[in-house]
Amino acid sequence: MNTGLAVAELLWQPFARNEFMRNALLASALVSVICAIAGTYVVLRGLSFVGDALAHGVIPGIALALLFGVPGVVGAAIGAVVMMGGVSVITSRVRLSADTAIGLLFVGMLSLGVIITSRSTSFVGDITRILFGELLGVDTSDLAWQAAVLVVVAAIAFVAHRPFVLMSLDDGLARTSGFSVRFFHALMLTMVAMAVVGSFQLVGTLLVLGLLVAPAATGALLARRVSTMMLVASLCGVTSSYVGLLTSYHFDVAAGASIVFTSVYLFVIVAVLTIPRRMRGTSELPHQHEHAH
Amino acid sequence: MNGTSYTITASHLDVGHGLHRVVRDIDLHTQPGDLVALIGTNGSGKSTLLKTLAGMLPAMHGDLRVLGTRPGAAPKRVAYLPQHPVSSHTLPLRARDVVAMGRYAHLGLFKRAGSTDREIVERTMRRTGASEFADKPLREMSGGQQQRTHLAQVLAREAEVLLLDEPTAGLDIAGKAAVAEVIASERARGVTVVLATHDLADAASATAVMLLAQRVVAFGPPSQVLSDQNVRECFGFTQPH
Repeated sequence: MNTGLAVAELLWQPFARNEFMRNALLASALVSVICAIAGTYVVLRGLSFVGDALAHGVIPGIALALLFGVPGVVGAAIGAVVMMGGVSVITSRVRLSADTAIGLLFVGMLSLGVIITSRSTSFVGDITRILFGELLGVDTSDLAWQAAVLVVVAAIAFVAHRPFVLMSLDDGLARTSGFSVRFFHALMLTMVAMAVVGSFQLVGTLLVLGLLVAPAATGALLARRVSTMMLVASLCGVTSSYVGLLTSYHFDVAAGASIVFTSVYLFVIVAVLTIPRRMRGTSELPHQHEHAH
Repeated sequence: MNGTSYTITASHLDVGHGLHRVVRDIDLHTQPGDLVALIGTNGSGKSTLLKTLAGMLPAMHGDLRVLGTRPGAAPKRVAYLPQHPVSSHTLPLRARDVVAMGRYAHLGLFKRAGSTDREIVERTMRRTGASEFADKPLREMSGGQQQRTHLAQVLAREAEVLLLDEPTAGLDIAGKAAVAEVIASERARGVTVVLATHDLADAASATAVMLLAQRVVAFGPPSQVLSDQNVRECFGFTQPH
């Protein structure tokens, strides 16, 4: 009985006693749902690298904002727009493979961010905050901002669900169904950028991809429908947030990284547990046709 | 037959990718219920022509109208089956969900799928045999099951023009027979079918056959077009003049 109480105390007491822990839990739960929605399409459409590039592309914007005393999210939003424009131009106009071109753009933006931050008198503190986030410093205005981002991201996913799913299967299918692939691809990137901008304060730009991809990838392993995948991803994200925060509190380790690590660890566990099911699936996977047209 | 009854009209049409013209000077006029078989080897231009008719590639030259408008402008009335529909193994979609996507052209962004849409989905799945694995995820299907699912999706649009790129690829004899039956019943209800295929047997029942080898080798009724000389030329046994 006493042991049970002690365990319950360990599991709940950090949040009951500390407002910063409650805020952190609420914020990471909001961000988990935002990332589960956007991340589902990132995984389905194979945009992980673009998502990573967007996460790094916002760094110069945040650095400039900090330098001029403007809110970081404003700089991040501007950085995201510049990065999306760059990705769009590169993927449509440059005769390089998309991953090479996007890779160059994102290391360019990352180095620019570091150069700008190095002008700041508190360089180490600023760059650490940008790269790894500040989960335990969340206040109510941050929560309101994240709730607003959640509403917009959910609205985009609701309105554009059909073209997004068609594009996940095949761009041509979306086009011949009467949907503009260019417009809805840009809308999907906007949604991913909003998720990045809404999440970087918590886990930092370096780790935000983990929240976008890991819970959604876990959802993809378990779900048979897109809506279920989103739900599973949300549950994985919220669970990872709770476990990560608890780990961070009791063992005095970085909170954002603990959450992301938990979500990746959860993915590994589910991937291992579902190997037998997937082996059954691959034994009758479609044969590949040898000819190409 | 007046001019407005044509479903596809192409005059002096050049098709290709980017700056590369694959086939020049195509003339094609189809009416409701017609079956046009496009025959040729890989790279002969069959898929390029179908994609141009679907509005996925721009016409490089000439006039092209599909159902009286520019290609791609009537998505509810034209359905296209690509050669190898992409089937990502991460996609959590069941056969029924994939077929239901065939109704999206009619439903747009906001219209809810009604009982009629659901009936159409179930009916088309029965026609291609996909109803036997309706709840199976796409990623766990065999190649033949995927092909039946994608064909059902195309039929679920209930279009007036069907553009099918090798619909029997990966199917067994029963599957091929089912596709032939589907094409016949679609034609019977006035649907124009343009079919790209390697198989000369598919061409026998066509209204017209177009033999392609990066140019139009021959075009016309099967009895006139499928001569030994034309077929040899189409499949590269002799050099074109």
